[in-house]
Amino acid sequence: MQRRGIYMDNHATTPVDPRVLEAMLPYFTDVFGNAASRSHGFGWEAEKAVDAGREQVARLIGARAKDVLFTSGATESNNLAIRGVVDFYKDKGDHVITQVTEHKAVLDTCRALEREGKARVTYLPVDGDGRIDLDRLREAITDRTVLVSIMYANNEIGTIQPIGEIGRQCRERGVLFHTDAVQGAGKLPLDVDAMCIDLLSLTAHKLYGPKGIGALYARSKAPRVRLSPIIFGGGHERGMRSGTLNVTGIVGFGAACEIARESMAEESARLLGLRERLHEGIFSQLDEVYLNGHPQHRLPGNLNVSFAFVEGESLLMGLNGSVNAIAVGNGVAPIAVSSGSACTSATLEPSYVLKALGVGDDLAHTSIRFGLGRFNTVEDVDYVLERVVSEVRRLRELSPLYEMVKEGIDLKSVAWQRE
Amino acid sequence: MAYSDKVLDHYSNPRNVGALPKDDPDVGTGVVGAPECGDVMKLQLRISDDGVVEDAKFKTFGCGSAIASSSYVTELVKGKTVDEAMAIKNVHIVQELSLPPVKIHCSVLAEDGIKAAIADWKKKRVDAVEAPRAAAAASK
Repeated sequence: MQRRGIYMDNHATTPVDPRVLEAMLPYFTDVFGNAASRSHGFGWEAEKAVDAGREQVARLIGARAKDVLFTSGATESNNLAIRGVVDFYKDKGDHVITQVTEHKAVLDTCRALEREGKARVTYLPVDGDGRIDLDRLREAITDRTVLVSIMYANNEIGTIQPIGEIGRQCRERGVLFHTDAVQGAGKLPLDVDAMCIDLLSLTAHKLYGPKGIGALYARSKAPRVRLSPIIFGGGHERGMRSGTLNVTGIVGFGAACEIARESMAEESARLLGLRERLHEGIFSQLDEVYLNGHPQHRLPGNLNVSFAFVEGESLLMGLNGSVNAIAVGNGVAPIAVSSGSACTSATLEPSYVLKALGVGDDLAHTSIRFGLGRFNTVEDVDYVLERVVSEVRRLRELSPLYEMVKEGIDLKSVAWQRE
Repeated sequence: MAYSDKVLDHYSNPRNVGALPKDDPDVGTGVVGAPECGDVMKLQLRISDDGVVEDAKFKTFGCGSAIASSSYVTELVKGKTVDEAMAIKNVHIVQELSLPPVKIHCSVLAEDGIKAAIADWKKKRVDAVEAPRAAAAASK
């Protein structure tokens, strides 16, 4: 297959690891049975594969296999966790605590529950690096609180939340704790018992598994988490998630979790080295660049930088091969990264995550997210670095803002003509 | 998003990038947009005494379509009279560059840039020609 350039957008999705694909292939054609078929060997074999996959997923997070429910992905897992708890525990309370930088799958589920009059939601603010204040969390918990949902690591800025401490606070107060661990799983240590996690969302495609398969961990004892289902049917997954199991996906998900678990320590150190190489390269060669997110508590593969005075979409355009005349022919490879600029979002609003950190809209428009992954090399980093530096310099030559700043004009003092 | 060939061409080979001396009485400078809105365009026009645009330079902070719209209008205005330049409408830019609906504001920015540059030039003419004349008349 032709290589489509350098992929450095591994927070969006990851390619399937060839070892994962290898594990999956027999389950499309040879072992195709329905895992719920109890009357023949086709079903028994499929069920065996599901059990093995469940065991592999559970091991990555230090859980019992029976506490892992398979879903279609993390969006469904987040919906099921939040809606399922709010609905089941409605006699106990109706208050949910989350934070402003959660993924939309969490935020929009919370907003829907508010609109339906089923929950009251506290959205905790974050500091300038993207972390919540544990004292504020403590103060926010009331007798009516049924769930706290705080992500492990943020998908845009990579900031890692202190989920072990959050979990302990929740456990002390008798409140269930859910974490969306999509970005952190397989990259950072995870142990549902040590971290007092009651519910945890996962998806395979962020850790080199296939798209369309995810899981929700739901603790079955100490404490036992009860969930009202959001999908009804044949009573699969202990009645909490009906639907024929995606056996092939589960096999791939399991294999992906096993590879991630075995290689985590080494791979995270390698990614951190690549990330720091990129970080230092950018910051030593360019002025007026700003790191978004926490300098230390961040995903090893994440780098989010604002290149002041260069609009993000225009920078992406210079990198991603839109300019075909450049991309084809003279050996220039397209580069895949993403931006928090308004021009790249459907809403034409700059990133709400950067806004929550207090990053101004002017800098949010210039942000680029680099997501390093398993298949990135030192050569990739050096190539991306060279291209980014040269494109930023070119676009700054075109930028009236850069020119004004170089002339000593304070941009904050200018009376801008706003539409 | 797919860009039109013309947008790609102007983005990768922008025409007339640079600056004209902003204190020159024949140069009008327009700066439109705002950094927090994600686009700022600076357009400068050198206009002769008989009101013809002789030169145009731009610098733009913005997406590829904003850069392309700016680059395109610098080509478009050159040789036009002030009245003709004032009559340039954003729809013309939209059509020429095949801008999608979400990028229409980029063309509006370019139209506003022309108007702002000409307004600045006119103001300078008033200040440079008519103000001294008025002052001279007053002192008589």
